[in-house]
Amino acid sequence: MTTHYLVLSALLFAIGGVGVLVRRNAIVVFMCVELMLNACNLAFVTFARQHGNLDGQVIAFFVMIVAAAEVVVGLAIIVTIFRTRRSASVDDANLLKY
Amino acid sequence: MEPIVEHSGGVIGASWLMIAFPLASAAILLLGGRRTNAWGHLLGVFAPVASFVVAVMCFLQPSGRYDVGLYDFIPGVAKVGLLIDPLSITFALLITGVGSLIHIYSIGYMAHDPERRRFFAYLNLFVAAMLLLVLADNYLVLFLGWEGVGLASYLLIGFWQFKPTAATAAKKAFVVNRVGDFGFLVGLFTIFATFGTFAFGPVFDNAAKASNGTLTAIGIMLLIGACGKSAQLPLQSWLLDAMEGPTPVSALIHAATMVTAGVYLVVRSGAAFFPEGATASLIVTIVGVATLLAGAIIGTAKDDIKKALAGSTMSQIGYMMLAAGLGPAGYAFAIAHLLTHGFFKADLFLGAGSVMHAMKDEVNMRRYGALRALMPVTFITFFIGYLAIIGFPLLSGYFTKDGIIETAMDSNAILGWLAVIGAGITGFYMSRVVFMTFFGSKRWADDVHPHESPSVMTWPLIILSIGSIFLGGYLILSNRLMVYLGPAVGLPEALPQFHPFSPTGLATLALVALGAAIAWVRYGSAEVPQVAPRGSFLTTFARRDLYGDALNEALLMRPGQWLTRLAVWFDNKGVDGVVNGLAAGIGGSSGRLRRIQTGFVRSYALSIFVGAAVLVGAWYVVGNL
Repeated sequence: MTTHYLVLSALLFAIGGVGVLVRRNAIVVFMCVELMLNACNLAFVTFARQHGNLDGQVIAFFVMIVAAAEVVVGLAIIVTIFRTRRSASVDDANLLKY
Repeated sequence: MEPIVEHSGGVIGASWLMIAFPLASAAILLLGGRRTNAWGHLLGVFAPVASFVVAVMCFLQPSGRYDVGLYDFIPGVAKVGLLIDPLSITFALLITGVGSLIHIYSIGYMAHDPERRRFFAYLNLFVAAMLLLVLADNYLVLFLGWEGVGLASYLLIGFWQFKPTAATAAKKAFVVNRVGDFGFLVGLFTIFATFGTFAFGPVFDNAAKASNGTLTAIGIMLLIGACGKSAQLPLQSWLLDAMEGPTPVSALIHAATMVTAGVYLVVRSGAAFFPEGATASLIVTIVGVATLLAGAIIGTAKDDIKKALAGSTMSQIGYMMLAAGLGPAGYAFAIAHLLTHGFFKADLFLGAGSVMHAMKDEVNMRRYGALRALMPVTFITFFIGYLAIIGFPLLSGYFTKDGIIETAMDSNAILGWLAVIGAGITGFYMSRVVFMTFFGSKRWADDVHPHESPSVMTWPLIILSIGSIFLGGYLILSNRLMVYLGPAVGLPEALPQFHPFSPTGLATLALVALGAAIAWVRYGSAEVPQVAPRGSFLTTFARRDLYGDALNEALLMRPGQWLTRLAVWFDNKGVDGVVNGLAAGIGGSSGRLRRIQTGFVRSYALSIFVGAAVLVGAWYVVGNL
């Protein structure tokens, strides 16, 4: 009965993963990361329902809080990079290397 | 032998003062620095004289073997204590008595040296260490004194360290002595492993229970130590170079006292490790005979007066070693010869120093000649010392050397005859020294004005020469020394009788007279060339110290250098190569590996995804197996 939820969760995770790999715009990459996080949340909630306890739901809350904090920091960084370099492409920000 | 009894209090209990006086004086003079320059030599003379007074007071106590415990060094293992018995008192009297005379002489001899205070500090340090050596009641403390005299000897040979030859000679003496010390140390370890203690009493008491092989091994190891300290073959090479030190040092350390430490060690350990007829004792006698001949032969060819006397010292200690290897019959003669040698050799060395003092430190006897009229006191005292050492009848050396030769003859005719030949050579080279120095025509440079030395130098010579005349007869006649030493070293089954004109004694005298006559023909009546003639192969052989240094260089120094070079090469190429290669390999591969860090976020993301996929895939596969 929960199979459909898990399939949906896997689909969302795969879409997010492919987005992270193929898109260049940092905002879109960021949104794809959020998509992957929420795919995980869906899986947690599904398993919580399946096992009849609240552990998965609690973890889903944690993930949401962490994701929110991450969005605050991440968006600030992206905006700052855009302001200085006039670009939001992840391929342009490649100075931190060997 | 008498048992050793514990003793404290009284005069014997205060015997540690003997060591404390010179030690304190050395400390004051060394730590006080220049402030003590004005009176340093007076304190330096006072210390050994005070020790001498203590030694005499101990000597006057009832004879016995007293162990004076001082301090628990390593609880249950080693105590610091003094053994006051006839043997150690005899040595203490020699060291402090002759030592005091040499200290007094040094006041005059070193008068013009700006470092005279330091010289006296080192002399005092030496006296303290030597007394510790002979008074110790166990091998560990004996070793402490042993190393102390080695240090003092090093400091004093190199006293004029601005002379490269003196600095090298000091180093050589130290290194060669270390070789001997190594043997001594192994002997100490073996003693402790066998007996569980270093103390003389228990070691000697239990020696009979140990196996023969162990006793022989300990004996040989101790003998190696004795060879190093006493300049016996094969560790003799340092003594001739040691003459670079000031002459009082040569007299005190390298003739009268320190070099006899080996004889002391053999005699002290005799009952346990060198019993009559044992292998170790046989080796001692062979070393003694070989050295007495080698030293005498070296003495015949040296033009440097001090080196000729150094060869003679080697030779005379060879006699003592020979006697020390002959068991209780020889001990008393070894010690008697040691005592008389202490007097007449100190007399000869100080006489040589007096001559050098007069001749602007010239040591080459080919530049001396005809000094007897200009330096009458030095000449007479030197001549008495000369007569004593060649064994002129009724002088000290006659009694003691004759005793050794007779005892050797009784034990083994070959040893005896070799010792007789050695006495003949002694007659030759000592006559040569006297004739070249005091007789013949004057050969010194025009700007040298020989003069008699001041009385502070001649009085010690006079006292020493009086000892050189009478001491031997006093000790040997009616076996005084043998009976006195009996409780400490044991007595032979039958006390020897002194025969004034035994066949051996007559043969010895004839050979000595022959040697002296040859010396007169070659160096007394004939003109001595100022530049040494080239000489035969044998002369060169003797001049080069029987090629002892060449042998050491070929057998030890060169292979040692090759070994160090090989070790350096292996370290540079082998050990360093492995370490450096490993570092270079890691550096190079990490230089290539860091290229993976491209800076592109998406490629990092891809590697994370691929990694995760591989992990999940692997887990899936493993889970389905």
